[in-house]
Amino acid sequence: MTSVQTIKKRKHVRFRRQIPLHLMLAPCVALVLVYAYYPMIGVVIAFQRYNPRLGFFGSKWMGLENFRYLMNLPNTPSVIFNTVFISFMKIAAGLAVPIVYAVLLDLIHHSGLKRAIQTLLYIPYFMSWVILGGILLDLLSPSTGLLAELWRLFGAEPIFFLANPRLFPYVLVVTDIWKTAGYGTIIYLASITAIDPSLYEAAIVDGANRMKQVWHITLPGMAPIIVLMMTLSLGNVLNAGFEQVVTLYSPIVYSTGDIIDTFVYRIGLINNQFGVATAAGLFKSLISFVFIAMGYSLAYRFADYTVF
Amino acid sequence: MNTSVRAVTRRRHPMRMGASDRAFTICNTALMAAVTLLILYPLYYIVVASISDPSSVAGGDLLLFPPKWFFEGYATAFGYAPLLSGYRNSLVYTALGTAINLILTMPGAYALSRRDMGGRGAVMFVFTFTMFFSGGMIPLYLLLRGLRLTNTIWVMVLPGGVSVYNLIVVRTFFMSAISQELLDAARIDGSSDFGFFFKIALPLAKTIIAVMVVFYAVGHWNSYFNAIMYLNDRSKMPLQAVLRDLLILNTITTDMRVNPAEAAEKMKRADQLKYCVIILASLPVMVLYPFAQKFFTQGVMIGSLKG
Repeated sequence: MTSVQTIKKRKHVRFRRQIPLHLMLAPCVALVLVYAYYPMIGVVIAFQRYNPRLGFFGSKWMGLENFRYLMNLPNTPSVIFNTVFISFMKIAAGLAVPIVYAVLLDLIHHSGLKRAIQTLLYIPYFMSWVILGGILLDLLSPSTGLLAELWRLFGAEPIFFLANPRLFPYVLVVTDIWKTAGYGTIIYLASITAIDPSLYEAAIVDGANRMKQVWHITLPGMAPIIVLMMTLSLGNVLNAGFEQVVTLYSPIVYSTGDIIDTFVYRIGLINNQFGVATAAGLFKSLISFVFIAMGYSLAYRFADYTVF
Repeated sequence: MNTSVRAVTRRRHPMRMGASDRAFTICNTALMAAVTLLILYPLYYIVVASISDPSSVAGGDLLLFPPKWFFEGYATAFGYAPLLSGYRNSLVYTALGTAINLILTMPGAYALSRRDMGGRGAVMFVFTFTMFFSGGMIPLYLLLRGLRLTNTIWVMVLPGGVSVYNLIVVRTFFMSAISQELLDAARIDGSSDFGFFFKIALPLAKTIIAVMVVFYAVGHWNSYFNAIMYLNDRSKMPLQAVLRDLLILNTITTDMRVNPAEAAEKMKRADQLKYCVIILASLPVMVLYPFAQKFFTQGVMIGSLKG
């Protein structure tokens, strides 16, 4: 009895002594509770006929009606397929290209040139999708674009990449790589520099050429970070890139380019069907949650990684 | 990190390179240089197009150098009112937003880095959970509208006031950079928690502060969809949203009900205005790039090497 009281008292004293620390943290906690947790409660409107005047809790409940409505929309299956297809290709390319870049960059002898190339490679990462989109629209225009000019040079009919439903998903992947691959190399290059140089010296003594050194030393040395990036990228299976798609797509390519995020945006904020849009968003959040959790637990198992 | 960088320059000083290896190195260097040029060429093209005669650009004469110099595009751009207000708004949102980010992130991350803080595990869980699950676009929008934040400057800086990812990065930095002994010593000298944070922890955190400034500021400068979702007044739109109207939606304020030749001329001018605007909008980021990229790289490293 007395020991419980002393523990309580001690806890109380400890809390009082730590008031400054709690004050430093309080604004962050408050912001996260309001702007991240309150909207989590707000997902209840996925099960309601939402009425702005009645709010999150006053609106009329209607069970799974919004979900049923979504499932009966003709383009729902294609939106889900597009999301998974585009994000899957982005994940694969987003892993492969930076790894190749990093390996090849590391093989450049001239250290100044190496650093210059590395720095230049991720310039596009610092530019917004609006600016890159503006550049792409101009470059890919079938009438005046640079690429069309090139096509004509070879006597071919220019292709309107951004209005071609068959090609649009690939345009998204290639332009995404353009923007992000250089940035992705940072972490792989760092993992290569951490490899023990004596391994290379020993390999050279043993007569291993460049390719053999890459295969037997560099890649195995990068393996832990590659595994880590693979597992963590699982969380992105439904992130096909909202800002990019919303910048580059148009109704002509909705059939292959419309993704869950753009779908939610149009239904919710353009058509004001808040309940239906929230239901679609909740569908995405729940599935993403499973994949993110899976990614982190695999990362923990295979790469000893913890979030914090 | 320094030692490994040195190791790299030390290693592979060509001991004896075979002929095939030498050929490989040359081909590889050439390949990577070509890839870099390919990636940068579109950006270069825009730079040159912005100072070339619009007719020759539309005619496809431009490849490497301006066929005919022409600088009036910039004059038009500076006279384009939405661009100027966009610039001003973006500067305000970026400065205010980054200031709020730092004021929230630095103390918060320091508190979380203290192993002796009560409830630390629970708070970390609360923060980390937001990386796993979110309420989504619509409930957040309705909340902001309900709080009457939409169409105010606050909607641009408050909801993203603290990034959990950055908070964890800074916390990791504090945990590795500030030892328990340092804290104990300061306590013996009578330092309070606030005193220790401001007088010792913050001055030791200059690097991570620079990293955070770069992360947050680039994010604010480049963010645009929040503006399109949450703001209504054209006068409040940041630069990126103005650019979207101009570059993507193609709504340029020129009168097209003139004779065809004049309309074509105007179209070319409009295209050139786009090039100039792209350059002007990327200028602040590009000017700071050499400085920023160093901190950016460090931030990525600290972020990935935690745990």
